[in-house]
Parts: sequence; structure tokens; C-alpha cells
Amino acid sequence: MIEARGLHKRFGQITAVEDVSLTARDGVITGLLGPNGAGKTTTLRMLYTLMQPERGQVLIDGQDAALDPLAARRNLGVLPDARGLYKRLTARENIQYYAQLQNMPADLTQQRIEALVNTLGMQDFIDRQTDGFSQGQRVKTAIARALVHAPRNVLLDEPTNGLDVMATRGLREFLKQLKADGHCVLFSTHIMQEVTALCDHIVIIAHGRVVAQGSADELREQTSESSLEEAFVKLIGSDAGGLL
Amino acid sequence: MSAPAIKTICTVFLKEIRESLRDRRTLLNALLVGPLLGPLMFVIVIKMVVAREIQRAERPLPVVVIGAEYAPNLITALEQAGLERKPAIEQPEAAVRAQTVDLVLRIPADYGEAWRHGKSAQVELIYDSSRRDINSSLQRLRTMLRNYTGQQSSLRVVARGLSPEITRPLMVADRDQATPQARGAALFAMVPYFLIFTALIGGMFLAIDAIAGERERQSLEPLFINPVQRGHILLGKLAAISTFSMTSVLLNLIAFTVAGTVLSRGMENFPVVMNFGFALGLLPLMLPLTLLIAALQVLVTAFARTFREAQTWLGFMQLIPTIPMVVVMVLEVKPVLWMYAVPLLGQQLAAMQLLRGVGISPGESALCVLSTLAAALLVFRIVERVYNSERLAIAG
Repeated sequence: MIEARGLHKRFGQITAVEDVSLTARDGVITGLLGPNGAGKTTTLRMLYTLMQPERGQVLIDGQDAALDPLAARRNLGVLPDARGLYKRLTARENIQYYAQLQNMPADLTQQRIEALVNTLGMQDFIDRQTDGFSQGQRVKTAIARALVHAPRNVLLDEPTNGLDVMATRGLREFLKQLKADGHCVLFSTHIMQEVTALCDHIVIIAHGRVVAQGSADELREQTSESSLEEAFVKLIGSDAGGLL
Repeated sequence: MSAPAIKTICTVFLKEIRESLRDRRTLLNALLVGPLLGPLMFVIVIKMVVAREIQRAERPLPVVVIGAEYAPNLITALEQAGLERKPAIEQPEAAVRAQTVDLVLRIPADYGEAWRHGKSAQVELIYDSSRRDINSSLQRLRTMLRNYTGQQSSLRVVARGLSPEITRPLMVADRDQATPQARGAALFAMVPYFLIFTALIGGMFLAIDAIAGERERQSLEPLFINPVQRGHILLGKLAAISTFSMTSVLLNLIAFTVAGTVLSRGMENFPVVMNFGFALGLLPLMLPLTLLIAALQVLVTAFARTFREAQTWLGFMQLIPTIPMVVVMVLEVKPVLWMYAVPLLGQQLAAMQLLRGVGISPGESALCVLSTLAAALLVFRIVERVYNSERLAIAG
């Protein structure tokens, strides 16, 4: 479970995130929905301890992440916005590198990689050097290396960015599988269909603030709009909506 | 340091080494260009210099002679000594300035008369002393003339019934105490520079990759999300960089030793200074230097946004070893103990002393190692702070 309590983050004069609180529960897919530049990536970066919030608290499985960031990271699997691979290593070696940094024993690593290769469909390219990989192959490798240590909590920053239709469908299935296995899944997106198709809980963020959260039905009810898209536009305000 | 920490450092180290071994550019620089460029240039330059000197000493010395008809005996004596007389020319001064002629010997019309009256007869040498390449020719001509003067003055004194020694109240005997190595050391002045140049280039691409490269290809942020301390990642990377740099230095020393052996073959008086002892004496001083260089390189590239930018900055860094070299060579400083405490300068001095065959004391050696280690540690602490800064992973 991931909890954020009153997160604040400023870069110089600009306030990127202001008083963001949210909860992503186990066995639930939580979507962080917002227009470009709303503060989604900054919020996620504070959740996965890459950034220190100026104020507020991050709890991973009830533990304060600021007190022991390494312990918090051990319980997190993260697909960040930056998903660069080492191009002279094979996909397998890329994943193994992260497994070793997670201090996993070699035999367990091998089992996990085999399982991930099957689930994500990486058989064709697992032992190829990643130079020249397609966007889909790249994302699959990045996900596999992020989840090699079987973390309870999974954070993904715009995971379907740059993926084609088939790869996107595959990824959705994968996230649903994670949910079914009881994982806590939190991902950010600016794509409405993604949220409708996947999320049990939606957090809408605009101008660095949480403007609403709840299930799709609750959000529609709250705004008395019939479609989620209309509800979203109404919630974030019209000027930001024009950016979409 | 705890066991997981050591495991993290080893993991990062091995991954960096493995990745670099698959990179042709890194390998080429670390294992070929860096270590072999210096020795190769060294062999070529020395071969050329030696060949030219030998040629000059044995070849007839061409000299334009004006007024040869006034001093036939002098010309005959000079020709016997190896002078090759070239026909006279108009305006010899202009010709020398225009560098169409190297040396002109002018004998004035009153030479014969002065000679017959037992006075000092004058001859003129016209040359351009700013041309270093004619120095040895000029020396040879002067020696020929001096020998002729000596012979003739002895003859004149003897003809008057006196001992020739009366004209030589003082005789100077040279007792040069320089070892053959020390005399050769001038030729080896560039060896220490190449050693440090090699240390710089050996791990350069790895250093660029450590921060700027990782950031550019967007792998730094995911790397930092792993549950390990950034300082340990940094240590693994530094270890890999200095391993490459040290390998380069080792290959460089071997190549220089081979070059020294090749050069000394067929040259009796050539001092073989770049031998096993030289390599062994210098290695312990170079190891901490590679650590310092690795930390410096990572520090410099931490501020570069792209690979290319980092490359430019490290290019400037290649000029750093020229500073102590210039200090040592141009100012001709005598090695004093404190100089061994200055990283880079200490290594260059030590290399020079070893090349001169003088060697360095264990105290000097220890001072050099410890001060370089201290500097490396200081730079590491600074890099660690940079590495731990929040902006590092996300800038760019």
C-alpha cells in the first residue's frame, strides 16, 4: 500500500506539487490522471523516494519512506518516465543487473526472469543486445527489470507512452494480472481510455493539486456528468482542458 | 563496509567492465591508442634524431666558400677534415637570411698578407643562429677551424725554437659526471607526459558514461531507484574507470620497455633506462593517480548535460599533465621533497629521476603515494556529494 500525506514540492519559484494526498491500496489499480505538466511525475518521484518532499509524508506499506528510503525501495517496483537500457547488454543481462542490485540470489533471479518472459512475451528478444529494440520491447524490458524482485507495490509513470495498440492491450492485461495477484498498482496517465479500462480508484491532479478522487462512478456523480471525460474537464478547469 | 555494500560495488564494477569490453571505442582507446601512441612516437622520433646526427657526423660538410683563392692551404686542410667546398655566391648574407644557404665561409682579400706577416688573419662565418638544425654543422666547421689554428700556431712556435706549450698556459680536461642515463634523460622528457596522458585516456569513455552517458540515455533515474546507496554505485564505477586507466598505464609501461630495448639494439652508447626496474618503481605511484584521475573525470562530467559536452570538457583535462611537465622542463627545477607531495608533479619527477638512473627514495615514494591518495579521497567526497544531489538524476 502506498500513501501520500500532504506532499509539497517546489522548484525555485514554481510550485510543482501542493498538498497532494492519496492512497493506493493493495489489490486495487489506482490511476493518477492529469493533463501534461500537472505534477504527476513529480508526485510519483516523491513516492518512489527519488525526490524529497519539502513537506508531507510518504508511507510504503505503513513505513515512513523518508526514515529508511532503501527499505521503502525494496518494496517498490518502479517504471519511471526515464526507461533507458544498457544497449551493449542483452535484455536478460539488463534485468540480471537490477536483480543483483536488489541482492537476489542467482537461482531465484532465473526463475523470476523466466516467469516475466512468459507473462510479458519476451521470448524473441530476451537474449539480444538491447541496441535497436522497438519501443515495445524496451518498455517490456524496463518493466521486467523493475519487477524482477517481485515487489508488492508497483508504480508506473505513463507506462503506455509510445506503445502500439497490441502492446498497450498486453500491458493492460499484465496490470490486471498484478491486481489479481494482490499487488498495489499505481500508474499515471493523461489518457482517459486507460483510466476507464483499468482503474478502480482515480486521483485527478491539476496544477499540482488533487482536485478529486474516487471511482469512475463517484466522479461522474460528483460532477453530475454522464461521461468520465466531461467530468474530468469540469474538474480540472477549462483552460487546462484545452491542453489535452 | 558491510557485505551488501561490497556486493553492490562489485556488481556495478563487473557490469561496467562487461559493457566496456563490448565497446570497441573504449577498448581502442584504453588498450591501443592510449598505451601505444607514446612509445611509437618515441621510437620514430629517436630513430630520426639519431639517424640524422650519425649522417651529419660522417657526411661531407657542404659550405659555401668565398675567396678560396686567398687561402689555398686552409681550404686544403678543411677539405681533408671533411669540408665540401661549394662555389662562391653573391650577397651571402641575404642568402643565409633567405635560408637558401646554411653556412658561408668568407676569406677576405688581405688574408694572405696578414698570414705572411704573422698577424691574426681573419675569416668570417655567416650563419643564422636561430636555425637549430644547422647547429651541428656550425659546430663541426668551428672545430675544423680551431684544429687548423692550433696546428699552425704550434708550427709557428716550434719554428721559433720554443715549446708549443708556451701558448697554452691552461689546459681544460672535461670530467663529465653525468651517467649515460642522465645524458639520455633529455630524450626521455616526454615519457612521463605520455604515462599520465595514457592514465587520462584509459578510463575516459567509461568516466563519461558514468554520469553524462547514463543521464543521456535515461538510465540514471531507474538505476537510482534500486535499494542501494548512490555512493556504492559511484565506488563501483570509479573502480571500473581506474581499472581501465591502470591497464592502459601498465600496457604503456610495457610498450615503453619494449621500445627502449628495440632502440638500444645496434646503438652501443644508447642508455637503456626504460627497463623492468623503471616500470616497477613507477607502478605504485601510478595506481593512486588513476584513482584521483577517475574521481576528477567523474566530477567534471557530472556537470555535463550530454555525452558530447562531457567529451569536450575531458578533452581540456588532457592538457593538465602538460602543466607540471612545463614547470619541470622550462624552469629546470631541481626536485625538492615537497614537490613529491603534489599529485601529477610528483609522478612526473619520479619518472624523470628513474629515467636519469638516479631513482627515488622510499620516503619520496611514500609521500607521493599518500598525498595522491589523500587528493583522490577529497575529490571522491566532492563527487559523492554531487552524486547524492537530488537534481543529478532528473536534470536533462
